[in-house]
Amino acid sequence: MDKRFGTAACWLLIIPYIGLLWVPFYNFHDPVIFGFPFFYWYQLLWVPITAFLTWIAYRSMRNDD
Amino acid sequence: MTTDLNVTALSVFIFFFVLVTVMGFVASRWRRPETMAHIDEWGLGGRSFGTWITWFLVGGDFYTAYTVIAVPALVYTVGAYGFFALPYTIVVYPFVFMVMPVLWKRARDFGYVTAGDVVHGQYGSRGLELAVAATGVIATMPYIALQLVGMTAALKALGLHGEVPLAIAFIVLALYTYSAGLRAPALIAFVKDIMIYIVVIAAVALIPSKLGGYANVFASADAAFQAKGSGSLLLGSNQYVAYATLALGSALAAFMYPHTLTGIFASNSGNTIRKNAVLLPAYTLLLGLLALLGYMGHAAGLKLDSANDVVPALFQTLFPSWFAGFAFAAIAIGALVPAAVMSIGAANLFTRNFWKAYVNPQVTDAGEAKVAKMTSLVVKVGALLVIIFLPTQFALDLQLLGGIWILQTLPALVFGLYTNWFRAQGLLAGWFVGFFGGTLLVWINGLKPLQPVTIGETSFTIYIGLLALAVNIIVAVVVNAVAPGKAVARA
Repeated sequence: MDKRFGTAACWLLIIPYIGLLWVPFYNFHDPVIFGFPFFYWYQLLWVPITAFLTWIAYRSMRNDD
Repeated sequence: MTTDLNVTALSVFIFFFVLVTVMGFVASRWRRPETMAHIDEWGLGGRSFGTWITWFLVGGDFYTAYTVIAVPALVYTVGAYGFFALPYTIVVYPFVFMVMPVLWKRARDFGYVTAGDVVHGQYGSRGLELAVAATGVIATMPYIALQLVGMTAALKALGLHGEVPLAIAFIVLALYTYSAGLRAPALIAFVKDIMIYIVVIAAVALIPSKLGGYANVFASADAAFQAKGSGSLLLGSNQYVAYATLALGSALAAFMYPHTLTGIFASNSGNTIRKNAVLLPAYTLLLGLLALLGYMGHAAGLKLDSANDVVPALFQTLFPSWFAGFAFAAIAIGALVPAAVMSIGAANLFTRNFWKAYVNPQVTDAGEAKVAKMTSLVVKVGALLVIIFLPTQFALDLQLLGGIWILQTLPALVFGLYTNWFRAQGLLAGWFVGFFGGTLLVWINGLKPLQPVTIGETSFTIYIGLLALAVNIIVAVVVNAVAPGKAVARA
């Protein structure tokens, strides 16, 4: 990838698209955690995971401007 | 739901409303520039907003009052399917991280204020510029009107009926936006976002304990769906594609809107935008938890006239009246921030890509700021009139179409950041087919954004916005490859 637009770590950002847009991965009721069916806590869990992956990508291109 | 006047709730509400009104007017002195008579200052806050201001502004502007009311309402009605807002507002940020700093840099380097400016600069085509700018304005207008729907729900719960309170709130908003520009919503966003965080955290922490825990909340919702024979806690197998394409299509469309782009262009560096892509998902977590209020509505056994009342009714039933007043103030103020930024975004488009392009090309910087200020007033009054005189459903249908329309501007706005291969005629042809083809499909499907598709034995529905975008790109590529070339102009 062109250095102007991103670094190798930016490829990590494809992962949330796979994890969330392939619905058969998570359209289940069990296991239930704190009363939340899997469908719900799985998607909520992707919020911190995506933020973390984006942070790694951010660290890789800091002070680029 | 009771809609009688409650003095405690109303007093709390009025206190916060007056507070943000004062802040809105004071905002014209906040981070005061040398002159406000420049569209960069009035319409983009001087392109000076750092990480925190951008976080509050974009968060306050993207997660609107209408979202706070409508997402739980949809989840209340249909269950899991309404949850697509969560994957949507997660996958939007990797896209923002990769694309928006590049777009910001292009806009800063050439002094662009709107998407129309970026497109005109890249392709030198007035036609494509007008298509992008007009799409932005008409997609935003119903969105502003829907903020009023969110506000009406909060005002109704406070016992304030009729159009007068709504009109007063909106006229006050119009006045301070006129004088302070983007600085007003940026400053108010601090108050609004903190209030919304307090309300949602209190709601998701306290309400389930009153309703027997989350296990019981999910169980009651499940029972309610089975009793009425529609809706469910999990997706049906024919909903998978609709869920995923709605999430992806909405995510790609989200930052094509004038109000979100205004927030991006107003930040002070690409690094600020990247940092925000890491930090903004905090709002998404909030939205995911908020969506569950729809299920809590079933657990609380609410009897509602309209699904849009589920959030106000929950607060009214389960919270003391002072806190209910605080929550309604949060929702009503939550409508002001996006409505202000949307009207500023639309006004910038009109000024730069219509007034300057066709009416007065010699307009001065001060003249531009003046035209934009007037336009923002007209836009807000227009939205108010739409809500007062036309059925709400009209605004809802248009907003749904707006998402499909704005998505069709993505190729023109984004592709040029990475390649010089595309030319205006191909992109304009793609936009034309995507825009009108998408509208036609929505019309044929009875104003639903989903197109049924059958391949062999399996049938499913797919989000029309994404379908139209695919056709848009194919047409753009084909026309571009076939049509005779011409030198690319970079104004």
